[in-house]
Amino acid sequence: MKHLILLLALLPLRALAADADFILTIKDHRFLPSEMRVPAGKKIKLQVINQDVTPEEFESHALNREKVIAGHGSTAIFIGPLEAGRYQFMGEFHEATAQGVIIAQ
Amino acid sequence: MFETAIIVFREVLEAALLIGIVAAATRSVPGSRFWLASGLLTGLAGAALIAAFTDTIGSLASGIGQELFNAVILGFAVLMLMWHNIWMASHGAEMAASARMVGGDIRDGRSECSALLIIVSLAVLREGSETVLFLYGIAATDGGGRSAMLSGGLVGMLLGIATGYAIYAGLLRIPMRWFFGVTGVLVLLLAAGMASQVAHFLIQADLLPSLAAPLWDTSTSLPEDALPGMLLRSLIGYDSRPAGMQLIFYIAVLAVTYLGMRLAASKRRHRIEQ
Repeated sequence: MKHLILLLALLPLRALAADADFILTIKDHRFLPSEMRVPAGKKIKLQVINQDVTPEEFESHALNREKVIAGHGSTAIFIGPLEAGRYQFMGEFHEATAQGVIIAQ
Repeated sequence: MFETAIIVFREVLEAALLIGIVAAATRSVPGSRFWLASGLLTGLAGAALIAAFTDTIGSLASGIGQELFNAVILGFAVLMLMWHNIWMASHGAEMAASARMVGGDIRDGRSECSALLIIVSLAVLREGSETVLFLYGIAATDGGGRSAMLSGGLVGMLLGIATGYAIYAGLLRIPMRWFFGVTGVLVLLLAAGMASQVAHFLIQADLLPSLAAPLWDTSTSLPEDALPGMLLRSLIGYDSRPAGMQLIFYIAVLAVTYLGMRLAASKRRHRIEQ
């Protein structure tokens, strides 16, 4: 807990910068683009924009990430640095259609 | 409908198992049932509130509000679970041994009960808000199959609650002399698993380094989206691709709680000897 408070206190000083920014859009319960190429070995900031009215949960076991994005909301997800390879992700609330993959190279 | 049931089951499972274990572990604490129920209701109300403010929370702190929120909620729950275990190590056995209690124990029992309320409401709050959002999403979507999906959600919720009850009923069958040991270990592992999730959210928010990610990869042999992995995830904080930092948090909570329990138990022995 002490660490957490310390982290919160340091928050304004911490520059939330990534090596590269990428935009991922959710529309009609699908990800656009559904296949995304990113540089390997770099920290990446995914800006996820949800154009649907309904909320969605970005989830990826491969990337070890999970985050809810409100309807008509947008959020940032930090990933990486990744080794070269394919990383599946999906929208947990609409698993049938919301599928995508990040290719690090 | 089947998919909906699975998703809701997955969301409900973690909170249901936690409540089942905590309910069993505190069965000898006077008034614990009332406090568990109050925690559940507070948590449900909170979950609806959190769901309604998802967008606001998410956009706080330049987009990492959700991670911070989850980390703080989980962090509090970890502290409460640790405290609960240390408290049980010093009072639990006495309470089970004698129905009659001295004044001090009753006072301590009360603070233990408010810890119960907090643990349960935080667990329900966090897991519940995602369920609320998911079901809201379904309800807001037009078109056929909506009622089938909503009933799927209900089935998933009932299955989750049934699993929580099963672990509760199973724990109550354990003979008394092992009971505190078993529930103590389960609560300890729950707390450690949650601490690993705290690390996970802080890494996701880019506030902590991941330190070797992933540390191992067992996603093909024991995937988290199949039932065994799902249960292990909820019970002991299993992660098929954890970051090194998660393991550090996990072990730190295990070690600190264990030492606290040892210390509390030895103090209790001194008290009894005097």
